[in-house]
Amino acid sequence: MEQQASENYRPTKNPCRLCTPFGACVAFNGVAGCAPYIHGSQGCATYIRRYLIGHFREPVDIACSSFGESTTIFGGKENFDTGISNVIDGYAPKMVGICSTCLSETIGDDVSQFIYEYNKNNNTAPLPYLVNVSTPSYCGTHSDGFHKANRAIVKTLAIETMKHRGINIFPGMLSPADLRYLKEIMNDFCLPAMLLSDYSDSFDGQTWDKYEKNIEFGTEIKDIEKAGGAKASIEFSTTVDDESSAAGYLTETFDVPAHTMPMPLSVTSTDKFFELVSSLSENPIPQKHLSERGRLIDAYVDGHKYVFEKRAVIYGDEDMVIGLACFLAEIGIIPALCATGGQGGKLQESLEKLLPEMISQITVQEDTDFIDINDCARSLEPDIIIGNSNGYKLKRQLDIPLVRIGLPIHDRIGASRILHVGYRGAQQLYDRIVNAFIEIQQEDSPVGYTHI
Amino acid sequence: MSGNNKKDANKVVDELLKVYPSKVARKRAQQIVINQKDKELNVPEIKANVRTTPGIITQRGCTYAGCKGVVLGPTRDILNLTHGPIGCGFYSWLTRRNQTRPPTDKDDNFMTYCFSTDMQDSEIIFGGEKKLAKAIEEAYNIFKPKAIGIFATCPVGLIGDDIHSVAKKMSDKLGINVFGFSCEGYKGVSQSAGHHIANNQLFKHVIGKGKEKPKGKFRINLLGEYNIGGDAFLIEELLEKCGITLVSTFSGNSSYDGFANSHNADLNCIMCHRSINYVADMIEKKYGIPWIKVNFLGADASAKSLRKIAQYFDDNELTEKVEKVIEEEMAKVKKAQKEIRPRNEGKLAMMFVGGSRAHHYQELFNEIGMKTIAAGYEFAHRDDYEGRKVLPTIQIDADSRNIEELTVEADPVEYQPRKTEEEIKALEKAGLEFSGYEGMMPTMENQTLIIDDISQAETEKLIDIYKPAIFCAGIKEKYTVQKSGTPMLQLHSYDYGGPFAVFDGAINFYKTVDRMVNARIWSFVKAPWQTTGKPVLEAELVHN
Repeated sequence: MEQQASENYRPTKNPCRLCTPFGACVAFNGVAGCAPYIHGSQGCATYIRRYLIGHFREPVDIACSSFGESTTIFGGKENFDTGISNVIDGYAPKMVGICSTCLSETIGDDVSQFIYEYNKNNNTAPLPYLVNVSTPSYCGTHSDGFHKANRAIVKTLAIETMKHRGINIFPGMLSPADLRYLKEIMNDFCLPAMLLSDYSDSFDGQTWDKYEKNIEFGTEIKDIEKAGGAKASIEFSTTVDDESSAAGYLTETFDVPAHTMPMPLSVTSTDKFFELVSSLSENPIPQKHLSERGRLIDAYVDGHKYVFEKRAVIYGDEDMVIGLACFLAEIGIIPALCATGGQGGKLQESLEKLLPEMISQITVQEDTDFIDINDCARSLEPDIIIGNSNGYKLKRQLDIPLVRIGLPIHDRIGASRILHVGYRGAQQLYDRIVNAFIEIQQEDSPVGYTHI
Repeated sequence: MSGNNKKDANKVVDELLKVYPSKVARKRAQQIVINQKDKELNVPEIKANVRTTPGIITQRGCTYAGCKGVVLGPTRDILNLTHGPIGCGFYSWLTRRNQTRPPTDKDDNFMTYCFSTDMQDSEIIFGGEKKLAKAIEEAYNIFKPKAIGIFATCPVGLIGDDIHSVAKKMSDKLGINVFGFSCEGYKGVSQSAGHHIANNQLFKHVIGKGKEKPKGKFRINLLGEYNIGGDAFLIEELLEKCGITLVSTFSGNSSYDGFANSHNADLNCIMCHRSINYVADMIEKKYGIPWIKVNFLGADASAKSLRKIAQYFDDNELTEKVEKVIEEEMAKVKKAQKEIRPRNEGKLAMMFVGGSRAHHYQELFNEIGMKTIAAGYEFAHRDDYEGRKVLPTIQIDADSRNIEELTVEADPVEYQPRKTEEEIKALEKAGLEFSGYEGMMPTMENQTLIIDDISQAETEKLIDIYKPAIFCAGIKEKYTVQKSGTPMLQLHSYDYGGPFAVFDGAINFYKTVDRMVNARIWSFVKAPWQTTGKPVLEAELVHN
């Protein structure tokens, strides 16, 4: 067969995306009692653990099938059976979240069939849920793996159930601080919410009095089982594919209405989010949050002189970039370059829809890498870079500030504590951005004023 | 928290094995050994370099990681291109342990870059060779490197891409050295297989290609030193001070030309026996350069290693210089030891890392009075535990057979024995051991625990039983260990600190460990009401 290497093919240099099973492992880590499991060789589990541990500075356990040369020839079933049994024996999980790799997919292992047979052959003991998601790393990015895993979780766990007044929230790949804040909001509205996946404790834990199995924290399985009876689902994503959307699955299967919206990093989006939650809960927006909104707008007014008409380079996961672009546009910063390594192809479209008045000033790069981002960024004369740690090289070249958000952040402490969403997230991010500009003014001044 | 030393080792082993189903426990029982030396320093056999059981969380990496990350990672001017989907390239991009110092700003340094063919599903179906060729060409056009290395990830071998023929073709076309590494992640038991594949290819494609005769009277190569935390920089300075010329390092702070000219050195000094001993053997056969084992971790070990090198070259001026340097350095070291040792005397350490690190760092701990109660490697073989003398008795299994064994003969032009047989014999008689390594177990005390490929579950149990003052391993274990209030030092990356090599590094190590072990933060892990046993409620009642 003819090999393909299209004329415009360029190798990826300094990538702006991670691989698909990475995202699936993040999702699995946020379900209480779920042991994440990679069906493939041990290097994938080790690399993904290493990367997550480096970002969150927390332990992360991921088991795997430890493929060897013979496994790749004869198939991975035997390793799968042994591996799953050992995980069940060692961790007593309520669920095993299984994702594949490029290796097991290339040799054509049918994990669904393996699971079917495993359940059939071990039917004497009560088995944990075995959730399967196909994540070959040559298809999609870590964001796709994350969404697909969430969908696989609800697909396997959600059952016909009584309708209830609670809701489901699929917030996307946010920080533990964001997840905690969302739970607080739901609590303040007295609205039961199933947040998937909730890794706020597994990826931002405390010191231990006694040894704790790291898989014990996260969304309760009983709550996921009831997801089909919820009043509505909210999904913070305008780019997720229909076939990868967990909220979409619940609509298709259980008629749960889905509200998809951009990640609420801006006041406009957060207002919509609060209005929606208010109507779903049939409770007014609590004064505490109205006050936070008020203080945020007050801060916008105070700090506007430092930020307006500045130009930013932003990059990262599509949904984070969209949310961030909306926030920046709101405070008067032009998101001159919006870039993502994601391949969903919906970034441009979403930005056109959300920022029609500004889109002509925005360059959009999709399926890109940091070399192309850097090349383009230089021509745009930006004042600030906002994104993960991998923009550091560009920061050095351009000698402008880098405000770190998203993932990975390996060169600062506290990635788990960065807030992105809601009034509080906007407040935190706003202060960091404004202070970055003030610092430049101060540093550049020969006098060194202390009142700026 | 000096730790609990008074444990019956047999009972501890039983406790460790309890966490497993019986089949796994039987296998692990052969990898967990209680050390027992006889007078000839014979030790019990340990099972090592065997596959991890699926479902057991190991700290091991893969073949690709060992090849691209460990061995070629610290080389600055070979452009490394990953052929495969994006993940593997991303994860091995600019990890902090890869430090380098190009001689000038104009010299190549590609370490800050990650190059990947970023394979998509269409290549999995139709093949990725064309994309690979294009990627090599683009990389060449942008950077004009001296050499390009291609690293295969898991799917590459399976879909039938022949990276070596693409490499050959592109090498001819571009006129530079392009070579491939078939380091698919599933090959071999651990990253050790990747080291072997990397070293074989360097031997075949780079070593001996250089034409430059290095200057200097005493020329050595340093093998198995990876410049973690800048260790190589300190070693380089020290050797220079002694008047010893370092032709090349495999591969800390290394360059293509260093490798290519390494056949012009007169002695190979091996730091990490595991990752590279076979290269030293091959170089000896092909070029006639003998090798000795050295260790620059630990002040005493560093002094000993310098003396070995001086003994080999047998030159009065060199010996005098080496002794003078040792004397100067040791004065500083002793001063630091005197201050730090009393605070740490008798405290327990554990270390599970590498293929030689778990051995070498024991020297440093000994120097401040700390005792290693349990140790093990992540990817070593039996000879690294029991000593090189067991090599002939190691059974070659299917996994090892997968790794190419190169057949090496003396080079018709370049082979030149550096010492006559008589000279070697005389040196041996005087106590200099060639081509030897004693292994970790003979240097450890009886009743200490030796654990190969320790799992996450065993780690947790072991800490719970012994409550060591410090635990050393990598970032994957770090936070679990620290959660329970035990300081944890990463020996893969030195917690982004270091360097710890030679004399200044040893002082730095003592201070680092002292700071970690005796930091106040550990006393806050338990809240006052947990340590005093006073119920919280009682305190509240007083207010009421």
